[in-house]
Amino acid sequence: MIYLRLFWEFFKTGLFAVGGGLATLPFLAKMGAATGWFSQSQLTDMIAVSESTPGPMGVNMATYTGYTVAGLPGALIATLGLIAPSIITILIVAAFLKNFQDNHYVQAVFKRLRPASTGLIAAAGLSVAVMTFLPSNISSHAVYAEILTILSAIKWKLVALALAILLVTRVINKTKNVHPIVWIFASAVVGIIFKFAEV
Amino acid sequence: MNDLWSLFWIFAKIGVMTFGGGYAMLPMMQRELVQSRSWATDEELMDYFAIAQITPGVIAVNTATFVGYKRHGVIGGIIATFGVVFPSFVIISIIAGLINTFADLPVVQNAFAGIRACVCVLIFNAISRLWKGSVTDSLNFVIFLAVALASYFLDVSPAIFVLIAGIIGFVPEFVVSRKEIGTHKAARQQGRQGHEGEDDK
Repeated sequence: MIYLRLFWEFFKTGLFAVGGGLATLPFLAKMGAATGWFSQSQLTDMIAVSESTPGPMGVNMATYTGYTVAGLPGALIATLGLIAPSIITILIVAAFLKNFQDNHYVQAVFKRLRPASTGLIAAAGLSVAVMTFLPSNISSHAVYAEILTILSAIKWKLVALALAILLVTRVINKTKNVHPIVWIFASAVVGIIFKFAEV
Repeated sequence: MNDLWSLFWIFAKIGVMTFGGGYAMLPMMQRELVQSRSWATDEELMDYFAIAQITPGVIAVNTATFVGYKRHGVIGGIIATFGVVFPSFVIISIIAGLINTFADLPVVQNAFAGIRACVCVLIFNAISRLWKGSVTDSLNFVIFLAVALASYFLDVSPAIFVLIAGIIGFVPEFVVSRKEIGTHKAARQQGRQGHEGEDDK
């Protein structure tokens, strides 16, 4: 029963993804690997679409993943699965817990949850980077054995583009906050002009 | 009924106007909830937002549930939540359908190959932003590094790491406050014994 599985996977994501934004990414990365529902590169495409469309990132990611796995009903069920734990916990907190955010246990727990969440995103980001910049027939674990082969095989065009974007976002975002969609669109144009899929 | 409809539409509006969610939606909420309708004060909104950040799940969804509940009970919480995810659901379903249909075209593949490089940078930038608020002391640095490495190399659910980090936060706090209660009790008992001693004299 794929719908039940879909609901459950996203329920878990909603329950454990803390901090918003990309916090759902590590859960989706593991989900793709464990279920075979979508590949790492599909996941990266989902991030791009979720960043460049309106609405909360986590919800966009869930809807997109659900749609990819099981069409429109899948999109609905994945979204419901993601928001169910939020509704339950928030209703409990709102109804029963006064000054929840000032509780010293809550603050102590969250102090340690935040770096864990950042660490998870970093690991998922590393997987995405490996997938993007290395040829798909080399697994990330073989990397250390074949560094020389890899250096010659790295998709340098993509590395160059990433470095260019990094530089530009660092310099420009300091003075004003440019929306990610601008960078995503520019990268798409560069990809089309220089035929990046063939690298 | 009218109230529920406006809850739905206000949060649908907030959902469609906020790119990325999180902090981006705060100004929008201030305008819709505080200035236009006085459904909440600025302070209340900040409280809801603070709670939304330290509860599991998507921040925007949590805030919507909270405001909806305060306005109209459990039904209000659910309706506001449906409102905030509604635009995402419609827009993403359309885009996902289009992309899955045209995924095989060379122009789409080339575009996404370029986009992937950009996504790597966006993730990197997000991590460096999160870094400032999360890696605040050396234990947090150790947690960050251990979780990042373990999650990358081991096939373990991210939920496990979240639970372990929560326990690392909870246990010392629990022990310390137990000790404090213990010393308070001891002090009180000592005080009482002292008084009893004086009475004996």
